[in-house]
Amino acid sequence: MRDRLQEWVPRIVLAPSFVAVLIVVYGFILYTGWLSMTDSRMLPNNEFIGLENYSKLFALKHWNIALTNLAIFGILYIVISSVLGLFLAILLDQQIRAEGFIRTVYLYPMAISFIVTGVAWKWFLDPGIGLENTMHQWGWESFEFNWIKDRNYAIYTIVIAAIWQSSGYVMAMFLAGLRGVDNEIIKAAQVDGASGFLIYRKIIIPLMRPVFLSAFVVLTHLAIKSYDLVVAMTGGGPGRATEMPATFMYSYTFTRNQMGVGASSAIIMLIMIFSIIIPYLYSEIRAGGDKR
Amino acid sequence: MSIPSQDNAIQSGRLMRVAIYVLLIFFVIYYLLPLWVMVSNSLKTLDEIRGGDMLAPPKDITFEPWRQAWSQTQIGVEATGLKPYFLNSIIMVVPAVTLSTFLGALNGYVLTKWAFRGSNLVFGLMLLACFIPFQIVLIPMARILGMLGLAGTLGGLILVHTVYGLGFTTLFFRNYYAAFPTELVRAAQIDGASFFQVFWRILVPSSGPIFVVTIIWQFTNVWNDFLFGASFSGYESTPITVALNNLVNSSTGVKEYNVHFAGAILAALPTLIVYIVSGRYFVRGLMAGAVKG
Repeated sequence: MRDRLQEWVPRIVLAPSFVAVLIVVYGFILYTGWLSMTDSRMLPNNEFIGLENYSKLFALKHWNIALTNLAIFGILYIVISSVLGLFLAILLDQQIRAEGFIRTVYLYPMAISFIVTGVAWKWFLDPGIGLENTMHQWGWESFEFNWIKDRNYAIYTIVIAAIWQSSGYVMAMFLAGLRGVDNEIIKAAQVDGASGFLIYRKIIIPLMRPVFLSAFVVLTHLAIKSYDLVVAMTGGGPGRATEMPATFMYSYTFTRNQMGVGASSAIIMLIMIFSIIIPYLYSEIRAGGDKR
Repeated sequence: MSIPSQDNAIQSGRLMRVAIYVLLIFFVIYYLLPLWVMVSNSLKTLDEIRGGDMLAPPKDITFEPWRQAWSQTQIGVEATGLKPYFLNSIIMVVPAVTLSTFLGALNGYVLTKWAFRGSNLVFGLMLLACFIPFQIVLIPMARILGMLGLAGTLGGLILVHTVYGLGFTTLFFRNYYAAFPTELVRAAQIDGASFFQVFWRILVPSSGPIFVVTIIWQFTNVWNDFLFGASFSGYESTPITVALNNLVNSSTGVKEYNVHFAGAILAALPTLIVYIVSGRYFVRGLMAGAVKG
């Protein structure tokens, strides 16, 4: 009797968490999926309308702007953060004095909220009081930098702030990868007369492939979820110039009373993230299993 | 081999090393710049900011913006400063972090030392839950909180942060306990120790580092959250990130940049202090969040 009970205790302990996750994650995904096929406006209702919200969504200029912005933001953010992260990691891997201090400085933005980052960059890039004004004070009268107020360039200011926030994180990932490289390989290459530059290009960087993959997955998923930074820096403006899927979803659902369309945009975001995360987790878990 | 292996075996010339240091210092300045702008301008008068150079240190240091940001500035309708919202965040963070960490530890223990048929599937589903875009749960969560009578309360936010934190906390403990020798657990069981005795007497005492990693991770995430705070908090339960955003992006009145900067530092301070004090554990959490399996 006692043994049987002992056998069930672990499952009973795990059950509340698992049931909670089943409901608030998977149940809620299903519910949002259902709402995306209903005619819900201000409040959820159950009038089934098939995929109408999706066709409405993709016909909306607003949504297409959000997708374009996500593409611009995502590509620049992922590429620049990865390149910068790798570059900084290589620099830091040269037996640098005060490496611990420098690493701490590079990584601290990751510890603070996107709202704080947004406030700092919003005012720093503000032409009235920030960088432009400062340059004028320094005597460079013709200096102009008003991207954050310019419809065509505002999205790039979000990229600047986001890279500042996460490139240190990517640096830390690459640094861990570089520290894992077997020095024997490097020594062998040196014996063969390869230069430092060549060793990095031909041997070390190709060995960083798994780190590139992890960085790509992490950054993509952060890019698709970006919400706070946009809200704090531009609120999606000027006009709709920095609207993203996450801000679109929020405003359609909660302020424009088009819950069905909002739900369908959330589903699209989920599909984008899952199509990257699921294959990644699957391969990671399989690789982890093989090692054991 | 008796020669100790260096971190990096590549030798570089003297000029190269100078260039490396110059670049490293350049990037130190780049990362510190926004922090410097916030600190220095939070100590200036509004006139000095408007008239002057944002990168310069303050001419006459004033702490007035800090006082304003903490206890006087108008946020929403009331001129309370950020203080009540800071307290809201603390009241929200402490139970949410404690609960999700504790449950994560138990889950990790079950999933590694008491694995059953289907436990891998359970873990997979909890792991995947870490990555969902939270937009997908906003509408149903708002309804459920309403039904439970928790809409717009700190209790509601605690619940939300606890359940959506479970994926990561379970992941952290599961990976940590996977490396913990199962023989010790089995030996204790043979000696008659129960499920909970094994957990409290054998696993918990040797879980110090992973508790620190998990608590820091959860603390940082919950404190810095904006989306849930903006969606589910009410008048009495607004967390600091939302209040800061309301302060900075309110369209009424004069833009008090110095107060905004002081407020931003106040909002960043708790996580920044934790990071400076225990950065090593913070980085471990980040790495565990990136590299699974």
